[in-house]
Amino acid sequence: MIDRLRSIWLAIWDFVVGDDWQLAAGVVIALGLTAIVAGTGAVAWWITPAVIAVLLLTSVWRAAGPR
Amino acid sequence: MSGAELGLALSVFLACAVEAVEALTIVLAVGVTRDWRSSFYGVGAALVALAIISAVLGPALTALPLDVLRIAVGGLLLVFGLQWLRKAVLRAAGLKALHDETAAFAKERAAAQAAGSTDSRAIDGYAFTIAFKGVLLEGLEVVFIVLTFGANQHDVGLAAIAAGVAVVTVAAAGVAVRAPLARVPENAMKFAVGVMLTSFGMFWGGEGAGAHWPGADAALLALIPGTLLVALASVLGLRRRARVGAPA
Repeated sequence: MIDRLRSIWLAIWDFVVGDDWQLAAGVVIALGLTAIVAGTGAVAWWITPAVIAVLLLTSVWRAAGPR
Repeated sequence: MSGAELGLALSVFLACAVEAVEALTIVLAVGVTRDWRSSFYGVGAALVALAIISAVLGPALTALPLDVLRIAVGGLLLVFGLQWLRKAVLRAAGLKALHDETAAFAKERAAAQAAGSTDSRAIDGYAFTIAFKGVLLEGLEVVFIVLTFGANQHDVGLAAIAAGVAVVTVAAAGVAVRAPLARVPENAMKFAVGVMLTSFGMFWGGEGAGAHWPGADAALLALIPGTLLVALASVLGLRRRARVGAPA
């Protein structure tokens, strides 16, 4: 039973999070920061695209491995 | 058809076509090697499971408040889109092998041949299970994209039609050539889908989080090419890095 639950959890994790958990964590941070800044009334639209660009660049760079 | 509707239809069509090509490869391999009847039962069972999942998830998604829906869907689209884009960038830069449907077909066929044989009158459990798993797993992503894109644009029907057209097109091509669809430019399609999912994810996620986009929906016209530029710059940067790091 525990093995089955574990395999279901791993399948969900793999489906949602995939190869790089830092991407998923970064998305949560990006949207959280946007919500906080928007809540203060400041302009917040630029935060998500900026964080996502950095996330993609750092993720592929990490995947490419050391020089 | 408005720009947003065209974006919705195109994104869903491309994503579903890619997933359908992968599912088709698996079904062809077990059908050719093992038993067509059991493979088709597996496909049918997976389609029923997907229909039940859609019927349960669809109303649940559309019942959510709009901002909650947008931040949840935007976040998930971003995670999926970034995963697709990351793989496509690494493949385009030559750092990850291109997805080769002929190789995938050969691998599935070898595994199917290695599995034990069964009574020809009975359902072949191996063929059924592999076809079921392949269609269910690839189909789940299709269902998610159809429901999230459709619910956000209040047009699940258009998303479902685009998905249906993609699946029928790929299935018809598979029946016509009776071989894995190796010539489909899968990486280019994955690149395009990654860009679209990431762009729509940023747009809806940002809106759900309370941001106001300059130009409202027109912001997508900047987000999509902007995402494409970052992805292409990543490919060029990685290729250059590989050249500079290569021994003379």
